[in-house]
Amino acid sequence: MQVKEYKPKIVAFCCNWCSYAGADLAGSNRLSYPAEVKVIRVPCSCRVNPMFILRAFQRGADGVILCGCHPGDCHYTSGNYYTRRRMALLFSMLDYLGIEKERTRVEWVSAAEGAKFAATMNDFVATVTALGENKRLEDLRCKK
Amino acid sequence: MQKITREMLIEKAAALIAEGKVNRVLGWKNGEFSYDVTPALFESVEEMQKDFVFGDFCGANFSKYLVKEAKKDGAVLVFLKPCDTYSFNQLLTEHRFDREKVYAVGIPCEGMIDVNKIKLSIGDGLLSIASEGDTVKVETLYDGVKELNRNEVLSERCLNCKSKKHVAYDELIGEDGEVIDSNRFDEVEKLEKMSADERFAFWQNELSKCIRCNACRDVCPACTCEKCVFDNPNSGVENKAAANSFEERMFHIIRAFHVAGRCTDCGECSRVCPQHIPLHLLNRKFIKDINSFYGDYQAGEEVGSRAPLVNYTKEDIEPCDAVKGDE
Amino acid sequence: MKKVLLANSSALFNAIKENATLYIPVDLEKGRVAYKKYADGMVMSDALKTDRSAKDFFFPQTENLMEFKVDGKNIEVIDTRSENEDFVVFGVRACDVRSLEVLDKVFLAEPVDTYYKNRREHGVIVSMACSRPTETCFCGTFGIDAANPQGDIECYKTADAFYLDAKTEKGKALLEKIAPVLEDADDTAVNEQKAEIKKILDKLPLKDLSAEKFGKDKTDEFFNSPEWKNLSESCLGCGTCTFVCPTCQCYDIKDFKTNTGVQRYRCWDSCMYSDFTKMSAGQPRLTQLERFRQRFMHKLVYFPTNNDGMFSCVGCGRCVSKCPISMNIVKVMKTLGGKE
Repeated sequence: MQVKEYKPKIVAFCCNWCSYAGADLAGSNRLSYPAEVKVIRVPCSCRVNPMFILRAFQRGADGVILCGCHPGDCHYTSGNYYTRRRMALLFSMLDYLGIEKERTRVEWVSAAEGAKFAATMNDFVATVTALGENKRLEDLRCKK
Repeated sequence: MQKITREMLIEKAAALIAEGKVNRVLGWKNGEFSYDVTPALFESVEEMQKDFVFGDFCGANFSKYLVKEAKKDGAVLVFLKPCDTYSFNQLLTEHRFDREKVYAVGIPCEGMIDVNKIKLSIGDGLLSIASEGDTVKVETLYDGVKELNRNEVLSERCLNCKSKKHVAYDELIGEDGEVIDSNRFDEVEKLEKMSADERFAFWQNELSKCIRCNACRDVCPACTCEKCVFDNPNSGVENKAAANSFEERMFHIIRAFHVAGRCTDCGECSRVCPQHIPLHLLNRKFIKDINSFYGDYQAGEEVGSRAPLVNYTKEDIEPCDAVKGDE
Repeated sequence: MKKVLLANSSALFNAIKENATLYIPVDLEKGRVAYKKYADGMVMSDALKTDRSAKDFFFPQTENLMEFKVDGKNIEVIDTRSENEDFVVFGVRACDVRSLEVLDKVFLAEPVDTYYKNRREHGVIVSMACSRPTETCFCGTFGIDAANPQGDIECYKTADAFYLDAKTEKGKALLEKIAPVLEDADDTAVNEQKAEIKKILDKLPLKDLSAEKFGKDKTDEFFNSPEWKNLSESCLGCGTCTFVCPTCQCYDIKDFKTNTGVQRYRCWDSCMYSDFTKMSAGQPRLTQLERFRQRFMHKLVYFPTNNDGMFSCVGCGRCVSKCPISMNIVKVMKTLGGKE
C-alpha cells in the first residue's frame, strides 16, 4: 500500500508592494516553490490583524507566514515597523501557549527578491512538513 | 500609616457635595454578607451613611464606570486606589472620558482580600469576615470563629502589588506610597521555563474551564470598544459560547492582545473570572515581553504616553528572535 | 430504604457504571468542583455544589443540531444525533433537581425539544441531601427542601454509609440492577440527618427571604419600579449569572460554515448580552437596565405567570457567589420586595 505523502497547508500573507511582487518575480523567473503555499495579498503587512493568523489556523492551515517590505522600505513609510512589533508579541504569546513556534514566521521580501521568496517558501514548507499537522490550534469542524 | 475609614470617606464626600464640586459619588455598597460588595452610585450623603462601605472587599476598579458616568450632568466623585489610578490615566490617554466631569480622590490601599482563598482554607459557610491588623476573623456556620493571617488571604494581584503610588488624583486622603519592585512576573517566568508540551497542557487545562461569560472583557478598563468583534455578528468570529478549544484560545489570545500595551495590570480580569482562570498571566506575558523587547513601559503611568504597539524604533527585535521556544 | 457502607462506595459506583455511564462530583484544583465520568479510584467530592450545575447534562452549552452538505445544487441535511447512552448523575443537590423540573416546563412543553427529551429519558438523577448548606443558599424560599432532595433516587450520605431510596420507576429499576451491592436498611440514620439539616437550615442568613410578593401576574407591580435603575447601575453586562444558573434556558441557533458544508448548532445565550435575540431591527432591549430587568422579571414574574406559579429560581446561590459585582437575585428581591 502506498502511504499518502503529507502535504501541509500554508498561508502566506504578502504585502502588495514588495512581497507580492517578489512572488510574481519568482514566477516569471520560473523559480519553483511548493503549490501548498496559498498567497493572500494584503495592502501592507500591517493590514494583518492577529485574528487573520488565528483564523488561517482555524480554517486548516498548518503554517502561516507573513511577508512584507524590508524595514525602512514600507510603501506607507512605517507599516511594517508596526507589523514587526505586533508579530513579535503575537508569536511569543503563541509560543507561551505551547504552540509550535515553527508554524509562524515573518520574512521581509522585496520586489526584487524573487529568489528569496522561493527559497523562503521552500524552507518554510519543509519546516512545517517536518512538524506535521497542526493539532494545537485546529478547529476540527473545519477538517471534515 | 493612618487607617482609612468609611467615615472619613463619607465626610469627604459630604464636603464635596456641599461645595457643589460633585453631585454624586461612585462608591462601594454593602451587601448581604461581608464580602459581596457592589459598586454603586450614591446620590446623597444619607444614602452613603446607610450603605457605603470601605474595607477588605472593595476591589472593584471604578475607572471604567467613568466612561459612562462622565456623560451625565455634573461631576462625579470617585475614590481611586493606587492601581485604579493607572487605569484612570490610561482611559484619559485614550480620550474615553472628560476629566472635568470627574473629581478623583486617591485613597491608600492595604490590599484586598480574596474570599475564594478564605473558602479554600476554611470551607463554606462564611457568616462574617472582619480584619483586625494582620488577622482576619471569620465567623463560620460550622466551625465557630476562625482566625487567618491576612497576608495569606490577600488576592494575588495585591500580593504582587506593583504600586502604592497614585498617579492621578485631585485630592489625596492619607499618605501616598511608592512604586513597588514586585515579583509579578515570577509566574510568567515559571511558565516560560516549562517545555512547550507542558505549557500547552497548562493552558489547555486552564482555558477549557472558560464558560465565555465575557466578564473578563466586560470588567476590563482597557476594553472599551463600543462593539466587540466577539459580539458582532458581522465580524465572522462572533460566538456566544466556545464550541471547541480553538475558539477558547482565540478569544483569550485576542482579548489579551487587544489590550497589550494598554493593560495596566490592574488584575480585574482574574478577580472576576467565575472559573478562576489566571487570566493575568496572559496579560503579564505581554507586559513582560514589551518590557524586555522595547524597554520598560507601564501603561497609565502618565497621561498621553505613546503605547508600545503604536510606536516603533528602526532597531526593534525581529519576530523570529522574540520567540523563545524550548530552551 | 437501601444502604451501602462508605467503605464499599467504589463497589456501588462500579455497579452503577456497569449499567450506565456514571458521573460524580469530583474535587479539582483550586477549590473547583465538577462532574466527571467515573473511573476506578475516583473519590466523590463532599463539596456542596459543583461549579456548573447538572443542567449541562441535559442542555449542554453547545450542541450540534444538524449538518448541511452542499454539492452543486443539492443540499443534504444530516441529522447528527447519535442514540444517547443511559447515564447516571450522582450527587445532585435538591436545588439542581428542581432546576430540571423548571427546564422540563420549557423544553418538554409543545413543541417538545427532542434533543433535551432524549437526554432526559436516558438520564437517571441520584440526588444528595445537603448536610452542610452554606450562607448563599436560599432554596427554602422557593419551597425546596434540602433534606428531601427528590430525584429518581434520593441519597443521604451519613458518617458511614450512603442511604438510597428510589423515588421513580427509573430509580427503582436502577436499584434493582445494582441490588447485589445494596443492603436493606431502616430510616433511623436518615431521619436523624434530616433533623440535623432542618436545624442548620434555620440558621442560614437567607432563611427569611420570601418570594411571596412575586409570582403570577405581578408584571405591572414591578416592571416600572424606579429601583431597577439603581440595581442595574453597575451591571457589567457579562453572562456569568446566566451561565452558572441551573435554570437559565435561553439559547441561540447559529450556523458555522465548515470547509465542506454548514454545521447548525445551538449554544447558550444570555439576556445580559447586547446581541441577545438580535434581529434585523436590532436587539429589543437597548439598555442594560432593560436587560437586567428582563432576567429577574423572567425568574420571578414571567415564568410563574406562564407556569402555574413556579419560580424559575431555585436558590442555589451560584450567581450570589459568582457575580463579578455581587449584584444578585437576593438583593433584587429584597430591594423590590421591601426589606421587612
